[in-house]
Amino acid sequence: MYSCSGPGWGMIFSFDLLVNAIFSGILIGAFYAAVTAGVSLSFGILDVVNIAHPAFIILGSYIAYVINARLGLDPILASIIVTPGFYVLGAGIYQIYYASFEKRGQESLRGLAFFFGLLFITEVSLVLYFGVDYRYVEAAYIGPTWHLGAVDIPLRVLVPCVVSLLLIAALQLLLTRTFVGRAIMAVAQDQLALKLMAVDPIRIKRIAFGISIATASLAGAFLIIIQPVEPSVGREYIGRVFAICVLGGMGSLPGTLIAAMLIGIVESVTSTFYGPSWAPAVSFGFLLLTLAVRPAGLLGR
Amino acid sequence: MRSDLFLIICLIVAGVVFAAAVLLGNDYYFFAGYVVLQYVVLSTAWNILGGYCGYVNFGSAAFFALGAYAAVAVHRFNPLPIPVLVLIGGVVSGIVGFGMGYLTLRLRGAFFAIATLALAVVLQTLVVNWEYVGGSRGAYIVRPEAIAPLGSYIRYLFLIMLLLAVGAITAARLIERSRLGYGFATIRDDELAAEASGVPTLRLKLIATTISGALMGMAGAPLPYYIGFLQPSSAFGLDYAVNSIAMPLIGGTTSWVGPLIGAVLLGSLQQIATVTISSAVNLLIVGFLLVGFVIIAPNGIIGLVHRYIRHQPDKLVGRRHVNIDAPGSTR
Repeated sequence: MYSCSGPGWGMIFSFDLLVNAIFSGILIGAFYAAVTAGVSLSFGILDVVNIAHPAFIILGSYIAYVINARLGLDPILASIIVTPGFYVLGAGIYQIYYASFEKRGQESLRGLAFFFGLLFITEVSLVLYFGVDYRYVEAAYIGPTWHLGAVDIPLRVLVPCVVSLLLIAALQLLLTRTFVGRAIMAVAQDQLALKLMAVDPIRIKRIAFGISIATASLAGAFLIIIQPVEPSVGREYIGRVFAICVLGGMGSLPGTLIAAMLIGIVESVTSTFYGPSWAPAVSFGFLLLTLAVRPAGLLGR
Repeated sequence: MRSDLFLIICLIVAGVVFAAAVLLGNDYYFFAGYVVLQYVVLSTAWNILGGYCGYVNFGSAAFFALGAYAAVAVHRFNPLPIPVLVLIGGVVSGIVGFGMGYLTLRLRGAFFAIATLALAVVLQTLVVNWEYVGGSRGAYIVRPEAIAPLGSYIRYLFLIMLLLAVGAITAARLIERSRLGYGFATIRDDELAAEASGVPTLRLKLIATTISGALMGMAGAPLPYYIGFLQPSSAFGLDYAVNSIAMPLIGGTTSWVGPLIGAVLLGSLQQIATVTISSAVNLLIVGFLLVGFVIIAPNGIIGLVHRYIRHQPDKLVGRRHVNIDAPGSTR
């Protein structure tokens, strides 16, 4: 009844295979954490349900692709250069969202529809401009693989993994050590108290949302380094990203990292032993389960 | 107006629509009209949960596709008449709607919305891996060329969808004016207050997800016969999800009229745009209309009409003294 065509199906359980699957799960998990960091900021801390985030990540992938193809620049470097553009885009979107929905107290239904519309517009625009062919980037680290004993570490996954960890660390430092970061954490707890401290909560939220979208630029570059990208790839990430965010405990970056690695490992083991076509169901199964059993997540407040 | 009278009027209108389509004499109108009517059912179904209760369902495509795949599975086993398949599709999607509601409805609205998105992908993964209904390669359904009294088969499908649309609209209107509808409205306005006043919110929400899911499944059941070749990627397409949200929001979500207006306007516009421009561009139009409407006209076309009437009360309605929103009232 079910497909039996996956690799490894019927194969004797192999220890090497398992170790490999776990290692690649950890590597891919760090990348998932970078993808989710933006949502942890916007959804976890600001309570803005930005379901269009994966679409902005795909936009980031395509911008990295264009710069890489035209100028031959390294995709990660390219994405860092365009980060300010994404920040401005995010700040602008938040301003519209605030004026149209949050201020009027209509964010639940219409705000969701707004972001769904943005997701759709971004995806269809990319389809119209680039078509539905898979695109990929060129860089020196795409291709070679390190072999450590039985474990294979492809550099195209290792490099985004390392930069992702740096990104998460930088965000965590920003949130806990700087004035703006502390204000962002404060806005999540008590907006009125922040106002009494003479800080404009809307400005802080705008900055936070701008940062959240700015991380999408980097995550987009990581994505197109790891795998070829076409416009609808983002949809696979919607459930995954929210699963990780909820599982990690909404807005806790360390929690996000742990949850991302957990989902990465489970997905990678599933796809090794049952076939890749089952992998997408894993994170969504996780999400439904978390929502039903423990909505506060692993490191929830 | 009483509901049976309303149903009779709807059926008369449906009869006129069908007669007009026959008189036009071109089967293209049946093909195009079928899609518009399918959206009438989908957006009415979405609105029962989204508009009346205020819970956003992004997984319309999943319920719709589930109905379609239930039809394929039954067809492979033993072909049955389409009205029976419609019922089966409705039952399957209704059960899944109930199950999803049971799992997620105790959560806040946003979590519910995300869970519906997740559900869509889980179901798509299951169907992709289910070889019996064709898996990722898709399934062919050979439909008969003609059917006895109506002539071509597409007329038959059109008629079924027309009756489904009438049924969906009547059901939505009935719900709106019943105790159930008032219960839904209390959930939409303030769930906590409703719960505190003794409204059984969870039970009402489960009823809403079940009805809404079942109607979407019913709309999907004839799809395999309509397109002849069903693929997971097309049945679970994002355009179904977007349209079933955009149409009620553009029309107006508080009554049955909104989704109908939205679906007929947007559905026809898309049919015209598909023929004259391209199908990708028409999806872009839907996206922009959705975003534009939620920003500029949050209550949709119905809201715009209401506002227009209110601004010219003497000319159009002439009963300013009962209009509670008129200036000077206590509100």
